[in-house]
Parts: sequence; structure tokens; C-alpha cells
Amino acid sequence: MSERLFAILTDSFWKILLPGLTVTIPLTAIAFSLAMVIAVAAALVQFANVRGLRQLARFYIWVFRGTPLLVQLFVVFYGLPNMGVLIDPFPAAVLVFSLNEGAYCAETVRSALESVPAGQLEAACCVGLSWPQAMGRIVLPQAMRTAFPPLSNSLIAMVKDTSLAANITVAEMFMATQRIVARTYEPLALYIEVGLIYLLFSTALTWLQRWGEKKLGAYERQEA
Amino acid sequence: MLEVRDVRKAFGQREVLKGVDLQVERGDVAVILGPSGSGKTTLLRCMNFLETAGGGTMTFDGERFQLGRVPKRDILRLRKKTAFVFQSYNLFRNRTALQNVTEGLIVGLKIPRDQAERTALQALEKVGMAPWRSYYPHQLSGGQQQRVAIARAIAADPEIIFFDEPTSALDPELTAEVLSVMRRLAEEGMTMLVVTHEMGFARSVSSRVVFMEDGRVVESGSSRDIFENPRQERTRAFLRLTGSLPDNPSSK
Ligand SMILES: Nc1ncnc2c1ncn2[C@@H]1O[C@H](COP(=O)(O)OP(=O)(O)OP(=O)(O)O)[C@@H](O)[C@H]1O
Ligand SMILES: [Mg+2]
Repeated sequence: MSERLFAILTDSFWKILLPGLTVTIPLTAIAFSLAMVIAVAAALVQFANVRGLRQLARFYIWVFRGTPLLVQLFVVFYGLPNMGVLIDPFPAAVLVFSLNEGAYCAETVRSALESVPAGQLEAACCVGLSWPQAMGRIVLPQAMRTAFPPLSNSLIAMVKDTSLAANITVAEMFMATQRIVARTYEPLALYIEVGLIYLLFSTALTWLQRWGEKKLGAYERQEA
Repeated sequence: MLEVRDVRKAFGQREVLKGVDLQVERGDVAVILGPSGSGKTTLLRCMNFLETAGGGTMTFDGERFQLGRVPKRDILRLRKKTAFVFQSYNLFRNRTALQNVTEGLIVGLKIPRDQAERTALQALEKVGMAPWRSYYPHQLSGGQQQRVAIARAIAADPEIIFFDEPTSALDPELTAEVLSVMRRLAEEGMTMLVVTHEMGFARSVSSRVVFMEDGRVVESGSSRDIFENPRQERTRAFLRLTGSLPDNPSSK
């Protein structure tokens, strides 16, 4: 490796990692947290079969799973200003990523809720818990345990998808890399470098997932 | 103490309960017998509001309710006076044996934790499950799970416990284990309404028997009357089939 390339890579490493820590990770963390709230709410209204809200949840999932993430970003960031709605790049990205992710995760949570044997909900109601108490204390915790691996998957996918936010001028890792490439004309090395940093983030999350699964596994059933 | 009249329930077009009357007095062990599909489970579930009955009335401790139109608040209140033991135990899988029992006490009845734990431990002791208090359901055998479920039912000191075939998922040894717990409860005067196919248990423990078929009560009466002197031919046939009646009852 030439000395120049080596210098570019070490120099750029921090310049790429920094927006990773200050933009990519916060964007992922905030959007995913909101997505979880949306997902649980959308799953619960379907599970409880709340008239009206159930249909609304189905419609929302249909739209956000059925259209490209990039298109959603463009509609919100470049399209909405036409209607006088101007949103800064970062909040726009948070909005789109949480709505998009929420739609996918809602399905994960819903199927996890349905996988908890219905008898436990009935038993909880029989011992005097109200429906929300029974859901919140007995059914939902078990469902989230079941949903944890697929949700972790979604989270890892999302970290990588945040690179799309570069398209709406969010100064995250990928955009930082593009800028350095434009200056140095070393696309191969630099794009591999940013890829490796994404890999680093994903690996850390995989570890986190394994640790979380172990923590949650206390009452894990092997076979009844 | 608990009486239902003219309970009706249909699933879609299919009428499953066609006007059932049933009465349980304090201290009774009432057993519901009947062939599969006769509506026994559905009746119990309607009485505990797990299903919404299509019609009928319920009188509980002198309070009268129109089944199918009982407000949520009353349902919640009534459930605190009753308990339900399921065929499939339905223990909370994310709770230990002890927590399965305390859950309803703490959250449902708002009893302080330490007091709830003491009560729960007593209940577990009664069913012989105290040593397993910190086990999760998946670490327990079916019979042990059902005994925890019974502890969960008795801990709240209900006025009546509904049992829906509590032993039919268990092998004979575990069945005996659970039945002996239920027998002890009966001796202590617990009011119980039991759907079971255990004819021996029904015969020796019950004070009242209700025989159901096709969504109706065919015959009901004291345990002795039904087992020794059934009036309806259908009841006789059922008892004979299950080996609980000599082939020729008139010759005894
Ligand atoms: N949720 C349901 N939806 C539709 N039909 C049902 C439902 N639950 C029960 N049934 C029907 O109602 C009838 C009575 O069922 P139920 O479970 O009350 O019978 P059972 O007397 O408890 O039978 P078993 O002894 O086999 O437990 C059956 O024909 C059953 O198919
Ligand atoms: Mg049944």
C-alpha cells in the first residue's frame, strides 16, 4: 500500500467514524425506538381487533411495506415542501425510518403475540387482571422474547439502510465517505473502508443480540 | 349461591347451549358429566365470561345478571370471587410457580407483596408444590403444573372454583396426584364446579351431578341419585358405557 493511500485511510477513518457516532447511531437509535413504539401499538390494535384502528394499522403497513424506502425519503424531504411542509434532513430521516421500520416490525410483533398460547391471557383475566394488565405483564413480555431475534435482525438491517439518508442530505457516514472520495479519488479503498465500519457496527449489534437473548432466556421453554 | 338459568350460546349458526339451568350451593362439589361436544366447556366458560353467552341469567350471592349484557366492571369484580382451572393448566410461562400464584393477588387483588407471597406459599404448600416455588412452568411436569394452577386458583380465596377437565391431559399417576389435591379441597368445604371424565372421582367426591347432552341438561340431582338411580335412559346408557353402572341396574 502506498504511503499516500495509507495516510488517506487513517485520516479518513476518523472522519467517517465521527459522523457514524454522531449521526448514524443516533439516527438508528431514535428511529428504531420510535419504530418499536409504532410496531407494538400497530400489533396490539390488530391483536385486540379494535375496530377502525385495526384497519388503519393494516393500511399503514400496506403502504410502508409496499413502497421503496428511498421513495418514502424523497416524498417526505423533497415532496412535502410543495405542500408547505418543510422538515430538516435529520428529523425527516427519523420520521421515514421509524415509519418504515415500524411497519415491518409490527408484523413481527403481531405474529409473536399470536404465538403466545391464548390460554395464558384467559388465565390472567381469570385471576383478576384487566386486559391491559394481562397483555402488559404476561403476553407482551413473552411475545417480545419471541420477537427479539427477528427484531434484532431488523435493527441490523436498519443501521445499514441509514446510508440511504445521504440522499436527503443527512451528513451520515456514507455521505462523509463520498465527500472524501470526491477529494482524493480513491473510491475503492474508501468505500471498502466505510463498508468495514458498517460491518463493525453490525458485529457489535450481533454481540448485543446474543447477550440480550441470554438475559431474556431465563424462562425459555425447551419443550413443554 | 351460584345459579344460572336458560344459558344460551351459539357459535355462528351452531347452537351449543340450548337453555341450561344449573345451581351450585356453598360447599357443593358439582360435577358436570356428558359426552364430548355436549357443551360442558362452553358452559363453564360462559359462567366465567370467557365466552359471552347469548342469553340467560346468573345469580351470584344474590346478585342478578343478564348474561351477555354484563358490564366489564362487573365481570372483573365477579372474577375476583371465582377461579378457573384449565385442562391445559395455562400457567404464565414467564413467571415462576410462586409468581404464578402471586400475580393475581398483587395485581388483581392489590394485596401487598409480602402478604401475597405468604398467602401464595401457603397455597403451594397445600398442593405440595412449595419446594418448587422458584421453578418455571417448563421445568415442571404436567401434574406439577396443574397443582400450581390449583394453588393459583385457591390463593385468592374464591367462593367457587371452576375446573374444566383438570386431569385429561395427564397420565394416570399424575391424574391421581391432582385428584387427591382436589379431594382434599372438597373435604375442606371448597365450592367446586367440575367438568370431568373421571367417573371414580365424580362418584366418590361430588355432592351433585349434572348430566349434559347436546347443549341441554338431561338430568341433574344429588350424586347418589344419579349414580344409583338415574331416571333418564340416556344417563343410564352413559353411565353404563363408562362402567359406572352395573349392566342391569334394576337387579341390585
Ligand atoms: N370457539 C368455538 N367456535 C365454534 N364452535 C365451538 C367453539 N367452541 C366450542 N365449539 C363447539 O361447541 C360444541 C361444544 O363444545 P364444548 O367444548 O363445550 O364441549 P365439551 O362438552 O366440553 O366437550 P369435551 O368433553 O370434548 O371437552 C362443540 O361441538 C364444539 O365444536
Ligand atoms: Mg370440554
